[in-house]
Amino acid sequence: MRAAVELREVTKLFGNIAAVRSVSLTVRAGEFLTLLGPSGCGKTTLLRLIAGFEQPEKGGVCLDGVDVTNLPPYRRHVNQVFQSYALFPHLTVRDNIAFGLRMQRLPSVEIATRVNEAIDLVSLGGLENRLPHKLSGGQQQRVALARALAPRPAVLLLDEPLAALDAQLRRAMQLELKQLQRRLGTTFVLVTHDQAEALTMSDRIALMHEGRIEQLDSAQAIYRRPATAFAAEFIGQANLLEAQVVMRNGTEIGVRLAGGLVLYLPAAVWPDEVANAQVVIRPEKIRVTRIPLAGQNTFEARVEEGVFQGANDRLVLETSAGTRLVAISATGEPLGEALRSGDRVWGAVQADEVVRLPRKHA
Amino acid sequence: MTHGSKTRTATGHLALLLFAPLVLWLIAFVVVPAGILVVYSFAERDELGRIVYAFSWENYRRVCDPVYARIFGRSAAYAALTTIICAILGYPVAWFIARASLKWRRLLLFLVMIPFWTSFLIRTYAWIVILKSDGVLNAFLLSAGLIAIPLEVLYTPFAVMVGLVYAYLPFMILPLYGSAEKLDPALLEAAHDLGCGPWRSFVAIVLPLTRPGLLAGVLMVFVPAIGMFAITDLMGGARVPMIGNVIQDQFVGQARDKPFGAALGVVFLLLFAGVYGWLQRRSKRSAEARP
Repeated sequence: MRAAVELREVTKLFGNIAAVRSVSLTVRAGEFLTLLGPSGCGKTTLLRLIAGFEQPEKGGVCLDGVDVTNLPPYRRHVNQVFQSYALFPHLTVRDNIAFGLRMQRLPSVEIATRVNEAIDLVSLGGLENRLPHKLSGGQQQRVALARALAPRPAVLLLDEPLAALDAQLRRAMQLELKQLQRRLGTTFVLVTHDQAEALTMSDRIALMHEGRIEQLDSAQAIYRRPATAFAAEFIGQANLLEAQVVMRNGTEIGVRLAGGLVLYLPAAVWPDEVANAQVVIRPEKIRVTRIPLAGQNTFEARVEEGVFQGANDRLVLETSAGTRLVAISATGEPLGEALRSGDRVWGAVQADEVVRLPRKHA
Repeated sequence: MTHGSKTRTATGHLALLLFAPLVLWLIAFVVVPAGILVVYSFAERDELGRIVYAFSWENYRRVCDPVYARIFGRSAAYAALTTIICAILGYPVAWFIARASLKWRRLLLFLVMIPFWTSFLIRTYAWIVILKSDGVLNAFLLSAGLIAIPLEVLYTPFAVMVGLVYAYLPFMILPLYGSAEKLDPALLEAAHDLGCGPWRSFVAIVLPLTRPGLLAGVLMVFVPAIGMFAITDLMGGARVPMIGNVIQDQFVGQARDKPFGAALGVVFLLLFAGVYGWLQRRSKRSAEARP
């Protein structure tokens, strides 16, 4: 597939601190890619490098196959929705949206048509002649979106565009943005620290940590097969445990988790030379029951702590072998009544839900 | 209820008390002098230059002489040019200061204000020392071999402009800085992002959003510059009289015609008030249209 954005080993320093460390990233044309990570991970800097507000110390930026590393932002065919919206306070909604089109020196008839299209696209009809400060936060957000979309950019950059909205409006806008992106087929690159937002909207997520991309994949793939401990813990919840190989035969290996619980896994996922590694078990993949279980990958445990969370119960278990695990199970099922600390339960883990993390490169 | 109204009266008294010095100051130094000026302007003078109180429109008839219109026009042109040059020089400086880090910003603002610590006249004399034919500028240019004979800079319109721009530049920089500092840098990024280059961004975003500062700067430079007489006297060598020089001459100079000077002053004052009122109404209207 064609690359809308291509970053080649881009490094950006602020003073002595590297905000972005040798990042390579290809954004496919027409996809919704999210740069996700905690604050300070370099995601906004990466977006600003694409927009041209920052110049990389090393590496290059290509848009649509053309090297734009040395082009100023006003010569790049990308538009951005700013976190603060950055609407021009002295211009009406219409003039804000028309701004980029006027800069392209389009005929006024075409500008009018495209402004109206953009206004319809974000449902701002009737507010054309308002000034930004007379609009609600949600309306301002829509103006910012319409203004950035009106010039029909090759790539739309969104810097935490929904951060200032209240939770309800934010969820509605997430779905709307996703639908808008599908309908227009424009490449969207979104920056957020909110994993739920990333999961809702993205085709792919670039998970960032300390200036690097930890993992780049679909939300499902990152969730099911996290590449690093950071990825495992940032998206969803995770039991992150040290594991040591204690038994090996042709098709199966036994690993002892920290604490002592031994699990049996297919040998295929565990290369011969690896003696120990970190494994991830998602809490909701641990089946918990009051009925005694026996056999491979089952265990007896004591409930250390049970927290009712609405749809789910969150249980902290200590297995009879001494491994602490967090399990999440649907409330009341199959446990019947509420569990209390000290209760005896049995748990089971499926072998393919135990994910081995690759060794850390450092 | 009683308590409430009592409190209100108390605040009323307090407000009056706080307000009183300002009102007294305005009465003593604005209203009374302006009144005296008006009274003078209808008086006559005797052969010794003393004021003879009578009522006549004669002084105002003389103000209408085209000579004074020409002088007034020249003064306005100098003041306008001063204002324009101050704005052109002031914008980049104000912008640079507003975008500097907090530490640098304090230092730079301090530097802009330092000249106010010295008497205005002394600073003007310093310029004379620099510009005169055996002054610092010519000494430098001669020793550098750039010129063979000293340039006659002092006592030219150019020297007057140098003096005026030098004197009034801070009055343009400071209000411009006030406006520029409030401008959200993200707005410029947004403009660049939408394909707007630096120069167009200045016209489309910076200029309209720093308008209040610019208008304040224009008033603070143009108004005093048009009435200035010291710089035109000292650096222009009194060769090209400005309206300020003419008026000054009537009071303390050779002409010694206070009533006529007063009439010039009154006309001048009314013209200013008119222009000022017009500017205020315009900026108010634009503020209503685009706050």
